[in-house]
Amino acid sequence: MVGKILKRVYVVLLFSFLYMPIAVLIAFSFNESKSRSNFTGFTLDWYAKLFRNEAVLSALLLSLVLALVAAAIATVLGTMAAVGISRMKRGPRTLIMNLSYIPIVNPEIITGVSLMLLFVVIKNLLGFLGPVADNIIGLPSLLIAHVTFNLPYVLFMVAPKLRAMDKNLYDAALDLGCNERQAFFKVVLPEIMPAVFSAFLICLTYSIDDFTISYFTAGNLQTLPIAIYSMTRKKVSPEINALSAIMFVAILAIILIANYREAAGERKKQKAAARARA
Amino acid sequence: MRSIRVEKYSLATANCKRTTHYHQNRVINKGVVLMDQSVIISLKDIVVDFDDEAVLNGLSLDIHDEEFVTLLGPSGCGKTTTLRVIGGFLAPKGGQVFFDGKDITALPPYKRPVNTVFQKYALFPHLNVYENVAFGLRLKKVEEKLIREQVLEMLELVGLKGFERRGTEQLSGGQQQRVAIARALVNRPKVLLLDEPLGALDLKLRKEMQIELKRIQQSLEITFVYVTHDQEEALTMSDTVVVMNKGVIQQIGSPQDIYNEPMNAFVADFIGESNIFEGMMPKDFLVEFAGQPFTCVDSGFAPNELVQVVVRPEDVQVVPSVAGQLTGVVKTTVFKGVHWEMIVEQGGNEWIIQSTVASQPGELIGMNVEPDMIHIMHRSDEELAYAEFRPEDPEEEEAEDAG
Amino acid sequence: MRVKRKKGVAVPYLAWMIIFTALPLVLVIFFAFTNKDGGFTLDNLTGLGNYVSVFFLSLILAAIATVLCLVIAYPISFMLSRLRAGRQGILLMLVMLPMWMNFLLRTYAWMSLLEYNGLINRFLGIFGIGPFEMINTAGAVVLGMVYNYLPYMILPLYTAMVKISPSVIEAAEDLGAGFWSKLFRVILPLSKPGIQTGITMVFVPAISTFIISKMLSGGNIWLIGDLIESQFLGNAYNYNLGSAMSLVLMVVVLLIMSLTGGFDQEDIEGVI
Repeated sequence: MVGKILKRVYVVLLFSFLYMPIAVLIAFSFNESKSRSNFTGFTLDWYAKLFRNEAVLSALLLSLVLALVAAAIATVLGTMAAVGISRMKRGPRTLIMNLSYIPIVNPEIITGVSLMLLFVVIKNLLGFLGPVADNIIGLPSLLIAHVTFNLPYVLFMVAPKLRAMDKNLYDAALDLGCNERQAFFKVVLPEIMPAVFSAFLICLTYSIDDFTISYFTAGNLQTLPIAIYSMTRKKVSPEINALSAIMFVAILAIILIANYREAAGERKKQKAAARARA
Repeated sequence: MRSIRVEKYSLATANCKRTTHYHQNRVINKGVVLMDQSVIISLKDIVVDFDDEAVLNGLSLDIHDEEFVTLLGPSGCGKTTTLRVIGGFLAPKGGQVFFDGKDITALPPYKRPVNTVFQKYALFPHLNVYENVAFGLRLKKVEEKLIREQVLEMLELVGLKGFERRGTEQLSGGQQQRVAIARALVNRPKVLLLDEPLGALDLKLRKEMQIELKRIQQSLEITFVYVTHDQEEALTMSDTVVVMNKGVIQQIGSPQDIYNEPMNAFVADFIGESNIFEGMMPKDFLVEFAGQPFTCVDSGFAPNELVQVVVRPEDVQVVPSVAGQLTGVVKTTVFKGVHWEMIVEQGGNEWIIQSTVASQPGELIGMNVEPDMIHIMHRSDEELAYAEFRPEDPEEEEAEDAG
Repeated sequence: MRVKRKKGVAVPYLAWMIIFTALPLVLVIFFAFTNKDGGFTLDNLTGLGNYVSVFFLSLILAAIATVLCLVIAYPISFMLSRLRAGRQGILLMLVMLPMWMNFLLRTYAWMSLLEYNGLINRFLGIFGIGPFEMINTAGAVVLGMVYNYLPYMILPLYTAMVKISPSVIEAAEDLGAGFWSKLFRVILPLSKPGIQTGITMVFVPAISTFIISKMLSGGNIWLIGDLIESQFLGNAYNYNLGSAMSLVLMVVVLLIMSLTGGFDQEDIEGVI
């Protein structure tokens, strides 16, 4: 009995710990005054202001474009790599896998500063090109950095799917008249597509969410997290709260939709299995 | 007892298109190279190794048109490897593959006039039954109307009419199997390769599919090359059985030949149950083994040649001890349904005997063996090998455990 | 042995990873051992002697945050792992949901909560307690770490615990194990891989953070991350010294990982 109450209390405390800050943040996005502790009245002004905030909007645009391009590049290269290593012997495969762990295990700040060093060195080496060299740090460096930290995730998500795939599927495609390219696009790719797609989504979210690595490689550009960072350092403004609320609702919607689709897929599978048994 | 066995294989016997007879004393390590007009696939000195370990060691084999050939052997014997070499999924390190007299060794799978039914079927999960079967025709850019015709015809042949729109995951194992066969056959291959296609099915379904496959092969009049480790399956369906071990062909012959005239101790042991003894041929028609001289029907051995003798368990007659050529003490008796199986100790030898009459453990019995039930083989080193490679069939193992 | 299986498609990836992952790390090492003119020197590393206290503080705060995460996460992870499969998914999602919020915003939320005139002090004030100086303290930094990295502890723990079959726990009960012996003799040993992964996954970002300390200590508390950041983008501006600091941080992380056994590959895939 005591144990049960203790359990309840613990769970309630834990979830309030997890959600209270977010709840307060969102609540105060509707606060009339700028106070972060006194709720004086309801307003949507901060949302209106946010949508007129040029800096935030352009940062949002940059983040979205950057995430899409970086995720696309990383997904293509990472999937190719997964296919390549599935055909390799153990030795070289382990080597590539271990290399891929570096950005995942390394502290983000190290990945950030090491890439920054690289870009600075490249910029200095290309100094004779004049202004072209100066443009390296900015969009190109940011894009490269994002592709770099996304790549291993694609590999780690797609490679197991390939391993789990019946090796005979590829052979069967060849047997039925596909050449290697056709066998990949007609049989292997459809088979691993769910993993490739989730990898792409994961890359998108990581890119949009990343602050630390972008911070060191963006030069003067502002991604959305960098914009948020500079907002938190300036004068207090409930615009941040409004932004938080919007982002939270957007994420919640995405997760709910993804979960719903997954659940629907599961149900469909179970139905199919039941029918096969009958 | 023999009549039961023969009945079991009568399907194969009746359907035999070409019963190939090979001389018993043929050198074992070389497959026969018959320059027959009807040879459709010919493997010459095929060498395959994985990580420097030889899997196929100079294998040569001829496969005839419209023949049902089974590659039979324990796991690791190289049978699947041989199939993959024919299919083009594996480039041999040495040797050549001929199809209709043309060298196809360098051809990729998609340019070979053969199709494969894979282990566990390898159906494309993202396509439904119809699209799976139509896959090969689509690649050949066959007209949509013709595709439809041929796919439906093929699905009817394998008994899956009306299943076109089903997803492959909605099918039972047996149905998936049929889709895999239809998907391969719709391309009208001259040769169909089947890699343990019934391995994932339960016993009853397996038996049904054995008959089904034989029917399909005969109605289409094409060559089947079938890989299995199940000796009964091989004997039931095949025109010709190729027994393999350690990448080497042990014997090629009709199911009857393989069963009744095993060429060496490995074949004798792998196909059915056998009592195998070391023996000697003092002269023609006389053999000594188990401490006794026996009259036999074999001749042509060198005087006093050391040989191996095979006696099938069902060929030993149990008689009262005074009337027996040999006497032995029953050690165990196990009921097997049709017969009793007994282990009998006789002068340091253990005999497996199958009899419709049970003798009790501890009982002294007499044993007689008719001359034509004694099968004599030249001695081979393979005897040392077979102990390591027990068949994987669980039924076999059960039988051994019981003994 | 298989026919024409091209491995070349992995080459772009390999090249990318070598140029943009391995090479930059080599540069870090190179810069750590050279001076501004590119000559070899150990000055950067010996110069770190001035910052020993910062390293020490980072280590302590990260360690405290890791232990707190473990203690807070362990019961909830176990409860999650014992729920019916359907509920497990929903509750796990609820636990992970805050992590999807950008961590700057999450940290910002605590800034306002912990303020002297913030909500927490006002709430306590109702009962006549406080107000306390909470923001700009080491405690606030630890709190920020725990809040941000707690999910990184829950997920690997849960992944390890889900694999503990209920019958194993029942067997322990059957053999006479009470609450504590069940915990210490069965559940704890079986969840060890999760604990190891969880510790690594919390400790590594905690010891290398610079945002949490900046935002929640108002610049009062400097961690390794802040030092490094100031060398590359801040006022100090000394790549060579910053590289030396980064190198030491990497060594510390590697040491910790060799102590905890690092990551379980499966757990990483779970977290992804």
